[in-house]
Amino acid sequence: MNLEQLHKKLLAAARANPPGDGVPYAFHKRIMARIAEAPAVDAWAVWGRALWRAAAPCVALALVLGAVSFLRTDSSVTSGPTVETVDLSQHFETTMLAAVNESEEVW
Amino acid sequence: MTASLTYPDDSSLLALSKSDTPAIVAPMERTEADLIAAVLKGDAASFEPLVEKYSPRVFATARRYARRESEVEDIAQEVWLKAYQKLGSFRAEAPFEHWLMRLTVRTCYDFLRSHQRNRESSFSDLTEPENDWLDRFVTQPEVANADADAAKLLIARVLEQLSPPARLVITLLEIEDRPVKEIAKLTGWSVPLVKVRAFRARAEMRKILARLAKEKYL
Repeated sequence: MNLEQLHKKLLAAARANPPGDGVPYAFHKRIMARIAEAPAVDAWAVWGRALWRAAAPCVALALVLGAVSFLRTDSSVTSGPTVETVDLSQHFETTMLAAVNESEEVW
Repeated sequence: MTASLTYPDDSSLLALSKSDTPAIVAPMERTEADLIAAVLKGDAASFEPLVEKYSPRVFATARRYARRESEVEDIAQEVWLKAYQKLGSFRAEAPFEHWLMRLTVRTCYDFLRSHQRNRESSFSDLTEPENDWLDRFVTQPEVANADADAAKLLIARVLEQLSPPARLVITLLEIEDRPVKEIAKLTGWSVPLVKVRAFRARAEMRKILARLAKEKYL
């Protein structure tokens, strides 16, 4: 079987038979009804919902970091302060404020 | 089509009475730009003439990618709902029809991607006319008519087995004969990506046809 010829013939068949453009009865009426029943998008409501959704992960992250920081501080106190065992909260603060510290150094 | 009746002002009425010409004022059709502006101002009813005018094109495009009429209607409905929601992003630099066709093609592509698991993977269930057409093609290729219903069914079957990007690019490039640049605009892909996907799509199609030949004759 000549596959290249079959390829061309089948594509010619598809080209020769374009699909119909018939539209179901009263289709535009149905679309307009759907549009009318769809609630108007309130940008503030969308923003508010997004904030509420983000609140839970943020609180969870803050609690986890707080707990880890607290536990690390406790363990470093019991084992005695050394140069290596720096408080995690200090690391965290340094990282968070790195950009501010750098800008202060520049100015 | 919604039309607004325009009334002549006093001066034109005066002119008409002077010349004794019959005063027939044809209702002026609202342009697409007027309709779109009205929709954006909150007059949803002005969207209806656009739906009525362009639905045939949307349906014809959707029928290239979906076989069942219920699926075609779902695609068309999604296109129009998206068009209504995103009308604010329409820039009047290009005709509304071009913008709408981009939206339609992308919705069809999303449809193909979401239904790609349903693709058939075998040619074992070819109908009798399809088998006959293939047999005729093997014995006398020039006699096998491309207009035959069996050929239409076969190409539909082959297209259904292509991956979504391959099917989209084969349809736009090989069947609808659109230039690469236009396909890039319609799909949102870059020109080199369209070319790469076209190359891969042709190879994919040849592979499917080879499998068809193998399953049927070996």
